[in-house]
Amino acid sequence: MNAKLWLLVTLLAFATPLSTLAQGFAGMGSEAEEFSNPAPDPQFDFPADHGAHPDYRIEWWYLTANMTGPDGTDYGLQWTLFRSALAPETTQGWDSPQIWLGHAAVTTPDAHYTAERFARGGIGQAGVTAVPFEAWIDEWHMRGETFDEMQLRAAGPQFAYDVTLSAQGPLIFHGDRGFSVKSEQGQASYYYSQPFFDLAGTLTLPGGEVPVTGRAWLDREWSSQPLASDQTGWDWFSISFDAGEKLMGFRLRQADGSYFTSGTWIMPDGQTTALPDGSFDATPLAETEVGGREVPTRWTISVPEFDVDATVEAINPQAWMDLSIPYWEGPVRVSGARPGIGYLEMTGYD
Amino acid sequence: MTGAGLSALWSYWRRNPLQLFTLIAGLALATALWTGVQAVNAEARASYDAAAATLGEGQYDQLLPKAGEEIAQETFIALRRAGWIVGPVTEGQVGPNGAIRLVGIDPLTAPGGLGPVGGGGGMGLTEFLEAPAVFADAATAARLEGLVDAPIVVEPTIAPNTAITDIFVAQRLLNAQGRLSRLIMASEQPLGRAPLAQVAPDLVRRTAQGGADVGRLTDSFHLNLTAFGLLSFAVGIFIVHGAIGLAFEQRRGMVRTLRALGMPLGRLITLLAVELGVLALIGGTIGVGLGYVVAASLLPDVAATLKGLYGAQVSGTLVLRPSWWLSGLAISLLGTAVAATGALMSVARMPLLASARPRAWATTRGTLRKVQMSVSLGLLALSGILALSAEGLIMGFGVLACLLIGAALALPGVLGGVLALVQSRATGVTAQWFWADTRQQLPGLSLALMALLLAMAANIGVSTMVSSFRLTFTGFLDQRLASELYVSTESAEQGAALERFAASRAREVLPLLSVEAALADMPAALYGARIGATYRENWGLLGEAPQVWDRVAAGDALLVNEQLARRAGLWVGDDLSIAADLTLPIAGVFGDYGNPIGQAIVAEDVFTRLHPEVRATRFGLRTDDPTALRDALTQDFGLAPQAITDQAQIKAFSLAVFERTFTVTAALNVLTLSVAGFAMFMSLLTLAGMRLPQLAPAWALGLTRRKLGQLELMRAVVLAALTALLALPLGLALAWVLLAVVNVEAFGWRLPMYVFPRDYAVLGLFALVAAVLAAAWPARRLARTPPSDLLKVFANER
Repeated sequence: MNAKLWLLVTLLAFATPLSTLAQGFAGMGSEAEEFSNPAPDPQFDFPADHGAHPDYRIEWWYLTANMTGPDGTDYGLQWTLFRSALAPETTQGWDSPQIWLGHAAVTTPDAHYTAERFARGGIGQAGVTAVPFEAWIDEWHMRGETFDEMQLRAAGPQFAYDVTLSAQGPLIFHGDRGFSVKSEQGQASYYYSQPFFDLAGTLTLPGGEVPVTGRAWLDREWSSQPLASDQTGWDWFSISFDAGEKLMGFRLRQADGSYFTSGTWIMPDGQTTALPDGSFDATPLAETEVGGREVPTRWTISVPEFDVDATVEAINPQAWMDLSIPYWEGPVRVSGARPGIGYLEMTGYD
Repeated sequence: MTGAGLSALWSYWRRNPLQLFTLIAGLALATALWTGVQAVNAEARASYDAAAATLGEGQYDQLLPKAGEEIAQETFIALRRAGWIVGPVTEGQVGPNGAIRLVGIDPLTAPGGLGPVGGGGGMGLTEFLEAPAVFADAATAARLEGLVDAPIVVEPTIAPNTAITDIFVAQRLLNAQGRLSRLIMASEQPLGRAPLAQVAPDLVRRTAQGGADVGRLTDSFHLNLTAFGLLSFAVGIFIVHGAIGLAFEQRRGMVRTLRALGMPLGRLITLLAVELGVLALIGGTIGVGLGYVVAASLLPDVAATLKGLYGAQVSGTLVLRPSWWLSGLAISLLGTAVAATGALMSVARMPLLASARPRAWATTRGTLRKVQMSVSLGLLALSGILALSAEGLIMGFGVLACLLIGAALALPGVLGGVLALVQSRATGVTAQWFWADTRQQLPGLSLALMALLLAMAANIGVSTMVSSFRLTFTGFLDQRLASELYVSTESAEQGAALERFAASRAREVLPLLSVEAALADMPAALYGARIGATYRENWGLLGEAPQVWDRVAAGDALLVNEQLARRAGLWVGDDLSIAADLTLPIAGVFGDYGNPIGQAIVAEDVFTRLHPEVRATRFGLRTDDPTALRDALTQDFGLAPQAITDQAQIKAFSLAVFERTFTVTAALNVLTLSVAGFAMFMSLLTLAGMRLPQLAPAWALGLTRRKLGQLELMRAVVLAALTALLALPLGLALAWVLLAVVNVEAFGWRLPMYVFPRDYAVLGLFALVAAVLAAAWPARRLARTPPSDLLKVFANER
């Protein structure tokens, strides 16, 4: 029996405590009854909120990075730790309702390596502690005395990386001071980022070790029903322009063909402007056949308010995460009046 | 034309229902035994596949504790955090007598393909983690009702007597919270992980033994069963051949008539073939049904045997699988085709207006007899050559096949020769007539007698092998199970304490130190032994160098078991490397019946130097007063009573397993003999009808019908006795081949051969009784023949 196959089937019902049909991508559009729900005007408490919120159903620590090697080759890496809860509580032992999932990837212009780990909560195989900060699953970890200086590590059968992250700017809060709305019906999540990491370290690839430097962007998000039941997936962009500004934008695709967009414009000093629905626009230009699906790998994005009109192109179009929940994630190059680099994530293309 | 031809052919069977019955019954019996054996084998194979799929034992490397039976859960976490992709397993026995194996896995970390969660099993991951169920096949699920307080879900693909569940549930049910039995390693591991010895020094890695490991072990057992099935089938085909041959002979007139009426030869042959095909299918179907019955009754014993011998789990209930019933029908058709080829060819070559006079059935012309003898001599010679030169189990069975077929083909010639000899010495007219008549009858009975010869020889051969085995095995058990008490402790510390405690109270304390190792590139085990009086006095060696025990005790040499010696081509005096830096000469080879892998024994000091981390937790204690020692251990030392086993119990258990092994063989033996007896009966009955022209003159000359009947009876007895006498050397040769060639190739060890004259005499008696029974009814019919029928012979004589 193929583990991937059955896990795919079952994890589509991942976040369903009551065995109801999965709704939305990866079941994120399903009802969340006994879990807590994000409310407007959040009061964050750091460093405690860097840790886990077990009373919310879904949470992640999501890092993407653009790097270059000594010869100028572009590399991208991804480190993600997901927490999914079957019930809003923590217990010690195998019967803990918290489930952890880790995804890691390295993308080069010619190759894309991925790895996946699963762990049950309550036994110590995976978890997050806020002080000192450590997020780990198996030997993968992101940890540091503070959230500003951290070490990141992950490995798979064909690749590994070990890098340091050093924050060069403040935390960024998306939406309304961290309350990020995802649909007209009001589904929302708490969402903040640390997009100002400088990165340095080593990639280990089949060809050997590669010293790399670059920049990294960490997303932190948690909620109990992040999608509406009619939303099929999203396209998420994180862009760092050469001039210093950054942009986070996403487009949620809805079943009736309409879109809900949102974004954040980030100034180099950390000042943010929230982009409400309609302000950020992303349109696919060209599709590539990836992973047996047609996936757009060339986009045009525009934020008229800030004079952004750029073409976003995947450095490696074949960056398909062929894991138990499949999606596309890879580094992109931005060209146009404002050049830059970034990361693109596309989910729900089946 | 076709319709007329078919009804003409069918009318023959209507007039001779006995022959029809012979044909179908012979085919059915032959197919029954073959199908039965195939069904048993197929069921066993399906169970092995289910076990491998369920538990992945052959596919993945495992991490096991070096000492003791448990791994702390912290070790699992430490390994994962060091980058080792391993899945935890907690397992134990539940149910009455611990008959059901409960396996708990973690579906999130189990290497791909283990366990029934999700997919075809039907339960989603979420549901499983919220309310984990116990999965088992239907029979096991029924036995688990009421024993486990978790929902039970039936999943037919799970191996028999096994139940799978979440590790949380398993730990709870087995009262083993925080403890694991073993860890399964995924095939692909990430880069950059710390070495195993650094992260988990108290674990040892056992490499995957490659899929269907159990299947390989039990291959020889199944091959034995198949050989028996083939033998029975061959005997049955003899019957069929005889019946078809007789039918064709008697239908020569009909064939000539049909052809004279204008039926084309091709169509006639086709009709004959179709008719045979239909009969083969009918016989085959009945045979498959009978085979199901045979298999269903044998399967529980086979399952118990396989479990006791190899630890293999086989389902005790039979499932109808196309693989065996299709093969049963196919072989029935094939066998009939083979049996009928000769007859069909002779029909094809028969001249259109050949004489329709009935010939004596299957008279063997001189040349045909010579051909038969030379083929037989050729086969016997081939068998001898193969026995001396060939390697491998298939070759061993080849030797057997050539020997048996060669001997069977030689039987008519030899019998004919003996009868001729006796006839020339006979005095008195009746006696001379009797012998001459017997000689004349020989061709007609030869097939039945060949069948009887094969069945008896098989019986003698197999029973000799089994009895030799039993004799050797009992002696072997006495030698190996020398300690009066066997004690197991829970940890190395308790073991050391036990040693100190028992040192003063027992005559000898023998620790059990062993580690799995690859010796001479094959799976084996290395043992450390405390060489003392027990070994020196009790152990018999198959081959030894001078002062073997002194040398082994001093650490200068080692002992190997016969399996390792034979498979690696080593013997006393050769060197064996047991560690990267240690090579010792072999000072002795010991017999190790029933062990599928090799074994080497070194002195205790050598062992502890090589493997200091292995500490003994099991001991054999030698004492003159087992009861007192047992009391001291339970009361003074505080050992649980279940931790102590006494020698008598182990011996009884081993012997019970052994006996069960051969129940199956004994059953098949009896069945084969009955098929042969039936063959004789049918031949005699068929012949009886055609004997009138031969007996009428004797009657006319003064022999009473009663006397004729008695002579018939005696004839059968004489022929059976002669066959039995010839079966004896054949059977002994068969036993020798089984012990010296087949057993050695299959198991790696060789048994000495003993003879059991009493058993043979009993078998001979049975054969005679069977002959009398087979001949009784035909003789009686003959004795009751109305004189008018006998007179008519003279009127019709041409």
